[in-house]
Amino acid sequence: MQLSRSARIALRVAAGFGFVVIYGPLLLVLVNSLNPDRSASWPPSGLTLHWWSVAWDNSGARQALWTSVKAGLGATAIALALGTLIAFAVARHRFFGRDAISFVVVLPIALPGIVTGIALNSAFSTVLEPLGVGLGLFTVVVGHATFCIVVVFNNVVARLRRTSGSYEEAAMDLGANTFRAFADVTFPLVRSALFAGGLLAFALSFDEIVVTTFTAGPGVETLPIWIFNNMTRPQQAPVVNVVAAVLVLLSVIPIYVAQRLSADTATGSRV
Amino acid sequence: MALITRTAGALHRRPRLRLTLLLTAPLLWLAALYLGSLSVLFVSAFWTTNSFTSEVVKVWSTDNFHELFTVPVFRQVILRSVGVALAVTALCAVIAFPLAFYTARIAKRKWRPLLVVAILTPLWASYLVKVYAWRLILSEGGLADWMLKPFGTGGPGYGLTAAVLTLTYLWLPYMILPIHTALEQLPANLLDASADLGAKGWRTFRSVVLPMVLPSVAAGSVFTFSLSLGDYITVQIVGGKTQLIGNLVYSNIELNLPMAAALGTVPVVVIVLYLLAMRRTGALSSL
Repeated sequence: MQLSRSARIALRVAAGFGFVVIYGPLLLVLVNSLNPDRSASWPPSGLTLHWWSVAWDNSGARQALWTSVKAGLGATAIALALGTLIAFAVARHRFFGRDAISFVVVLPIALPGIVTGIALNSAFSTVLEPLGVGLGLFTVVVGHATFCIVVVFNNVVARLRRTSGSYEEAAMDLGANTFRAFADVTFPLVRSALFAGGLLAFALSFDEIVVTTFTAGPGVETLPIWIFNNMTRPQQAPVVNVVAAVLVLLSVIPIYVAQRLSADTATGSRV
Repeated sequence: MALITRTAGALHRRPRLRLTLLLTAPLLWLAALYLGSLSVLFVSAFWTTNSFTSEVVKVWSTDNFHELFTVPVFRQVILRSVGVALAVTALCAVIAFPLAFYTARIAKRKWRPLLVVAILTPLWASYLVKVYAWRLILSEGGLADWMLKPFGTGGPGYGLTAAVLTLTYLWLPYMILPIHTALEQLPANLLDASADLGAKGWRTFRSVVLPMVLPSVAAGSVFTFSLSLGDYITVQIVGGKTQLIGNLVYSNIELNLPMAAALGTVPVVVIVLYLLAMRRTGALSSL
């Protein structure tokens, strides 16, 4: 497309502005974690690593991190199992209600988190609590898994659509039974999509705050809940700064790995 | 061994059985657990609470919905929430379009994938950290105040503007990506044809590029709109005294769950209406 010189320059400037908008705030978080003051006033009066060592020794933040990891691993495991099952059903079978299933999978993430949150909260407290299962880490895992299914499903279904079933048929013609064909042919084909989907599911669970608020029992604090609870406490500000900075640095990992693993996840989109 | 072979054979011969085995667990989870609790929630929107004890009274009535439309505060908050969601969507589109145009068509071809990754990475930075970043920027004496001081004003502080800015920042990638993809897939020969027919850049943009990219803008807007409409955490952190529909739901949960449920139906209904409207643009097939 032929663009005038001035249009090109204008677009470059606008794009540059866009990148500043995207990265500026994240850089600010990094710089602020080195700020010796407790306040967020700009510019910082100096730079120090002191708060990083203080944060390292903060037991509340550590415990919250550990809780988040456990919740994320549990939710990812369930989402991997359920998401893969649905993906195989939708991609390899034709049946009544197939479109409805794709819709229901997306629903937990399409509806506002607060709606999903209170729905699960009232279901848990009316059904599970009489059975003696109170809100706790278990209910967090169940809540997270519900909206993590969609990312696994999307990754695996995209892969299955690109690889036709004829490979499996060929394996079976050569004498492999259903299980053998799955283990030797299908699974290696979808393995990287599973890994990418699992990684994104973990990242999604790790970041979730709203559903967690409504499904966590007292005493169960994930990292986002910890940050939220401590954000407005001036005493804790330096530690929150460091935790936030660490999360900015860590966020590069899942998208990088997912990108390398599977072209299907190139959009990184939640849906 | 024989058992495994026999099971494999049985599964192979009966696709229905295979399908049933595949779907039982996930459907139990999604239909029973998720859809079940959702429907109970929406049914409870028709219940009421005893105003003295806050206990839920399970008698069918439409009082909550009646209140929703007649109490001025509710009406204001609903309108404000829709306004915020639309403003965020418009801001996202305005910032995203030039950026996507640059990454998809102007930047050197070998740089394009890298630029897309550069846009994607912040998408996976923590939601809360991104809101926190804006809390820092907009704090008293913070970056916004410092930058605007030479112009004789300060930053907007915490409030409605802060909420709109922060939500725009949060959902921006959801708008950039679909537009980038659409622009990248735009066939070059269409643009050549337009140029051959004598159209200059602006005319080509208006008559060829824009109509082909609009469905993707609409697709992106589904995310920016619905995510903004349901948010209440951002508003709590940077919104000052601002109330949006999510905050109303949140503040009603403890004392009046049926009212919270009724309020919760509002974003759901609005989002469904928005989806239906967007479907006419062909947006949903490019999601």
